[in-house]
Amino acid sequence: MNALGLLPESVRRARVWERFAPRPEPVLDLSHGTILYLEDLSVSFDGFKAIDELTLYVDAGELRCIIGPNGAGKTTLMDIITGKTRPDTGRAWFGQQIDLLRLSEPEIAQAGIGRKFQKPTVFEHHPVRVNLELAMAGDKRVWATLFATLGGEQRARIDEVLTLIGLAELAERPAGALSHGQKQWLEIGMLLMQHPQLLLVDEPVAGMTHQEMERTAELLTTLAGPHTVIVVEHDMDFVRAIARKVTVLHQGRVLAEGRMEQVQNDRRVVEVYLGE
Amino acid sequence: MEARVKASALPEPGARLGLLAAVRGDRGGQVLLALLGACALAVPALNLLVPESSPLHLSSYTVALLGKYLTYALLAVALDLVWGHLGILSLGHGAFFALGGYAMGMYLMRQIGERGVYGHPVLPDFMVFLNWQELPWFWHGFDQFWFAALMVVLVPGLLAFVFGWLAFRSRVTGVYLSIITQALTYALMLAFFRNEMGFGGNNGLTDFKDILGFDLQSDATRVGLFVASAAALAFGYLACSYIVASRLGRVALAIRDAEDRTRFIGYRVERVKLFLFTFSAVLAGIAGALYVPQVGIINPGEFSPINSIEIVIWVAIGGRATLYGAVIGAVLVNYGKTWFTGALPEAWLFALGGLFVLVTLFLPRGIAGLWRRRGASG
Repeated sequence: MNALGLLPESVRRARVWERFAPRPEPVLDLSHGTILYLEDLSVSFDGFKAIDELTLYVDAGELRCIIGPNGAGKTTLMDIITGKTRPDTGRAWFGQQIDLLRLSEPEIAQAGIGRKFQKPTVFEHHPVRVNLELAMAGDKRVWATLFATLGGEQRARIDEVLTLIGLAELAERPAGALSHGQKQWLEIGMLLMQHPQLLLVDEPVAGMTHQEMERTAELLTTLAGPHTVIVVEHDMDFVRAIARKVTVLHQGRVLAEGRMEQVQNDRRVVEVYLGE
Repeated sequence: MEARVKASALPEPGARLGLLAAVRGDRGGQVLLALLGACALAVPALNLLVPESSPLHLSSYTVALLGKYLTYALLAVALDLVWGHLGILSLGHGAFFALGGYAMGMYLMRQIGERGVYGHPVLPDFMVFLNWQELPWFWHGFDQFWFAALMVVLVPGLLAFVFGWLAFRSRVTGVYLSIITQALTYALMLAFFRNEMGFGGNNGLTDFKDILGFDLQSDATRVGLFVASAAALAFGYLACSYIVASRLGRVALAIRDAEDRTRFIGYRVERVKLFLFTFSAVLAGIAGALYVPQVGIINPGEFSPINSIEIVIWVAIGGRATLYGAVIGAVLVNYGKTWFTGALPEAWLFALGGLFVLVTLFLPRGIAGLWRRRGASG
């Protein structure tokens, strides 16, 4: 269309310019049963391809493990999903409607993707319960926070999460007094307070005792279903204990995907993990 | 450790908090408020009703001295709010105190009127002395008490807001922030020392006559100022306790301990800091405004960095993150200062330094930590 043709369109009074049109509130649409679409993603840092044309789909309610040797691109993949790193090419959709590549980090968190980092950081001086209260979704502006009170429903939600993460008896203890494993659970609990649809959990069992590991496995299995959980983990015993479906990354690509037994017997996977 | 005890002593989350209910569970705060109330009754009685010949009589000098301690205590509470509970070590809180003091001093200067040495109806003495022909624009309005009172709150608040907005938005934290707060007060000191600034240069503002029509030298006025200081301290203490007990107070503590984590769960850290820092500066300004009529002078020395550092020492000695510890520290250290500068003037700074070292070594939780149950709540 030439410039002259644009003119009448431009002066039409009812015209809404795209950039001024109210952006529709992103709604998580899971009508096709898939919560995460990652297609042809590539990222390189100084010429090093951290992610190389990676394609990955995750179903809603799934518990997916992502494994792979160091440098396989696991953390970069998490960074892309949470908006910390922008891919050079490719597409990333959260449900049918939400384009993750157009959202900022806080917007992605708001949309329902929660991430648990490797190293647990909890508010050590606050009791466990207050840790959850602070993490609760809601109005977090200064004034609202100053006069905030806990409603019955919110209190019930906190109790529910406390039970879920197995810390109900330690609710009034300062978080600093918890063991390493308990801190990890509290972190997961703090994530849950924000009602995420998709939970990204980075190496949850690093440094845990065997018992703690078992309980973590139990916890994550319980969470799958109502939530979708993606776990990045090194510990093969743990992966074996929880995984229904495993994705193996290698050099920024998906090397294999399937049930644990299948993947374990895959020749290429064995090669990558054990070397030739 | 101290904060841990504090946090678990907070009232049930969700309980509707009235201002007075803010000290529920804060034993030290309750004792402090009770003591303040008792002093507000006893001091006027001992000064005005007990005859001078009686050994129980409290001299007007002592009343003004006690009033001065209370304004210092309010200043210390203001600092404890941002340092103890938010982790911002401000080494420039004296600046807000002094600005509040100057605003009050300007009002008191204008009240002198024709009774000055030069008898000029409008211009304060120092302006006549410097051959100023007319009142600078920023001195207008200070003949009205309400205007001065507004400025007492507004000027320190605005400075803290602008300073905090710039500093917190750029995520300046820790020792860097401390240094720039120190620079802020130093810069203000240099500026106020200059005669051209129009605040009386290095002599500052003094020779006040009366406040709201009451003679500043009279016993009743001094008692009134003392009671006002006690009320201001009680109000400041309750307001700070309210904030500390609210969810915002918990967020503040969270920021102190893990700033990035707090940001990550969705709080606008810089806004929380800005709000508390500004509020604290306003309290400091009010303290300064009550200080000036009781000591009878305000000069640029109040801006000196060493003053701001002393406030930090009061709070550290009294016990950080307790609020009432700040009051204890401010009163005790200043009582010590009064005593020392009378008895052994040269030794005061050594005594203060020694006290600071000893408290840091043997009482890391300050004096307030002394009667906290050891190991309470793990």
